Amino acid sequence: MKHRFLLIMMVSVFLIGSCQPVDLNAPAPVFDTGFNEQSWAFIPAGSFVEGQFNHPAQIDYDYEMMVTDVTNQQYADYLNVALADGTIKQAGNQIVGYYAGDEFNEGRHEEQILEGDYLHIPLDNPALRLQMENNQFAAKSDWANHPMTMVSWFGAQSYCKYYGWRLPTELEWEKAARGLDDRPFPWGHELERNNANFTSSRDPFEDMSSFGSRTSPVGFYNGNTYAGYQTIDSPSPYGLYDMAGNVWQWTADIYDQQHYRYMRGGSKDIYPGNLRIWARNNATPTFVSPAVGFRCVR
Amino acid sequence: MQTLLNRFNYLFRSTKGLILVGIAMTALVSALFGMLSGPMADWGVKDVIVKLFGMKLVEAEREGRLIILYHSIAMIVVAIETYMITDLLPMRKNHQVTINSTITIGYLAVVFGGLPFAYWGHSWPFHGLYIAGLSLIFFSGCYLVYALWPWRKEFHITDKAYAHTRRGVNLERVAFFTMAVATLASALFGAVPGSFYGNGFETFLAENVVREPHKSTLDLSIIGHLHIMLALIAIAATLIICRYMDFKGIWHKLAMPFMIFGSLVLAMGTWLVVPFESMAHMIIYGGSTIAMLGALFLVIYSWRKLIREGLAEKGIKKGNFFQAIAALLRDPIKFGVTWQMVFMNFVVSGVGIFVAVKLDEIFRVWQFMDERSILTGHWHILATLTATILLLYYADLAGLKGKVRQWFGWLLIIFSDLAFGAVTVYEMRRLIVEEASQQPLINLTTLLGDIGLGVVLLVLAALMMWRLIDLFKKKGRWTKEESERLDPSMEVEP
Repeated sequence: MKHRFLLIMMVSVFLIGSCQPVDLNAPAPVFDTGFNEQSWAFIPAGSFVEGQFNHPAQIDYDYEMMVTDVTNQQYADYLNVALADGTIKQAGNQIVGYYAGDEFNEGRHEEQILEGDYLHIPLDNPALRLQMENNQFAAKSDWANHPMTMVSWFGAQSYCKYYGWRLPTELEWEKAARGLDDRPFPWGHELERNNANFTSSRDPFEDMSSFGSRTSPVGFYNGNTYAGYQTIDSPSPYGLYDMAGNVWQWTADIYDQQHYRYMRGGSKDIYPGNLRIWARNNATPTFVSPAVGFRCVR
Repeated sequence: MQTLLNRFNYLFRSTKGLILVGIAMTALVSALFGMLSGPMADWGVKDVIVKLFGMKLVEAEREGRLIILYHSIAMIVVAIETYMITDLLPMRKNHQVTINSTITIGYLAVVFGGLPFAYWGHSWPFHGLYIAGLSLIFFSGCYLVYALWPWRKEFHITDKAYAHTRRGVNLERVAFFTMAVATLASALFGAVPGSFYGNGFETFLAENVVREPHKSTLDLSIIGHLHIMLALIAIAATLIICRYMDFKGIWHKLAMPFMIFGSLVLAMGTWLVVPFESMAHMIIYGGSTIAMLGALFLVIYSWRKLIREGLAEKGIKKGNFFQAIAALLRDPIKFGVTWQMVFMNFVVSGVGIFVAVKLDEIFRVWQFMDERSILTGHWHILATLTATILLLYYADLAGLKGKVRQWFGWLLIIFSDLAFGAVTVYEMRRLIVEEASQQPLINLTTLLGDIGLGVVLLVLAALMMWRLIDLFKKKGRWTKEESERLDPSMEVEP
């Protein structure tokens, strides 16, 4: 009887302990990765192979893509100017912006995206790495050079559009990540734990016993050593970083008979199989997540 | 030499031996290849296994590897169910021998052809062996259908306790027959696209294309195939348990038409996914509800029987509620086989219905990866839960008695259900807690799931070890089992 009581007590303590709230503001190590967040990579026109089964594909124009994901600081700067000139606005606890709507084709499970204002970022979500100071947005301390997250597809495409750029199509994204061969990962054929930020990759930002995996600064996996943590230099053939892991990246395509928007690249929260270049995720365009960010093309 | 020959005869020529080999094979395959994913990969076990066994894992071939692995495990389970069916039901001896030997060679070819092809580089003769194995299993299925033919006079029954037609056609046999025919037809829904695509087949996992609005006919065919095959394996297990519990009386008469009709409608629904995808879902819901009603009647009958027998054992004529519960739970093996069917409603059917009802409102608002997590968890639970039912039955066949029987039964039930419950919470975690705060819940559910599955694997390993040691004994249990039927009451063979 005594043993049973002890066992029940131990299980109860364990269960209660496991349900502790997560400290989303737990301090993160701050590392300067040395990247200029304004840099762009050039991807020349030409053919390449796309997808898991290496189908021939062609992009017949040159384009440039951001070397790294848009950071919290970059997005905060954008919010300040775009709010000031009225491009976007605050509505309650949200930043919203106008979208002209999509063509509706009555696909199965398709939801109509009408003209109107849509969520860009939720301001009341504790996972947002931005804060308001003196009526100005800024990145929370420790998080300035991390990828912008908790941003919807509307918020991502609005950012790019504001500067005269746009979100990449899936094909553009894939070519930028893969180059001209059939590699499964941007850096090659093998994945090591210190190639990218994925679940249980044991990077300095994760603690699987409490808050789990968190974003790493953009361009973190550049071959440098950070406080004893050795990274492997992991650029794509065109020199882009974080094209696998860290955060999913919104892409531009709007497909017939569906309202979903697609994401590429895998994230900090996902198993390595989903870091393969052809892996796709999707969600409604208002979806926000601590594991979803974006970058732009021009 | 004779010693080895005797063991070989037991393992490959007796029903209990064949089942034992099948379960041991499933355990070995699951244990080895289970170390390549999930927490085992997190902990670095995968890297060790890959290096130790010299596996060649090409990233682009991951889906193909998994499909061959699933088929290998499924074919062994199909073989185990077939051994049970050919022994539990009256059947000509030569039919039984042909079916069992064909399916045994078939699944061995699938395992020893498919897995080397998938995990150790592409040697095409191995792939040929794999396909030959699948073909042999299909052929043995055709033979099983012939052997089961319920309208043959020798299989007619007159006992009023069992469901039969006026002419004496055994409706339970018809249910087995319907399940077998539906399985064969459904196998074609996987085989035809596989053959059509040939070497250019672009493998995919169904859970990865669930949100694609445009699926090709062959894609739909494969999606229908995998759903119905799993469902039919579960239906076969239910019918086997009907025999095990000697299901009869009014509940049997009510249940059998439901099982027959439910299997047919369910199978037709999944076949219709190809031409009429949206309508097919309604038919599938209808078919599965009907088949589940049949299973419910089995549960009612079985629990009443267990209570009645338990009370009689204690000399109680009409017990109170607590005495009835004690009687019901006195044998975890016999209680467990139907309890797991009830539990299935909480972790599989209930969840499935909830997701279907709230699909657009909740689950399609989430990111695809969250929906995929539900789908993957859903069918893993269904498959494993069905396996636990068969394992409990095998524990009885293997002769577990006394305290060992109690420990084995309860550990299997409690810890497998703990794992299934934990996985259910894991897959639905977004309903409970915000994404950014999920880690403690993920840790808890993963740990409970691992503990649950770990204990299940341990008790299974203990059972297998016990049987392995027995094989080294000159007059072990195996010598008796060589000639034993699964149902001891079946002495007369047609």
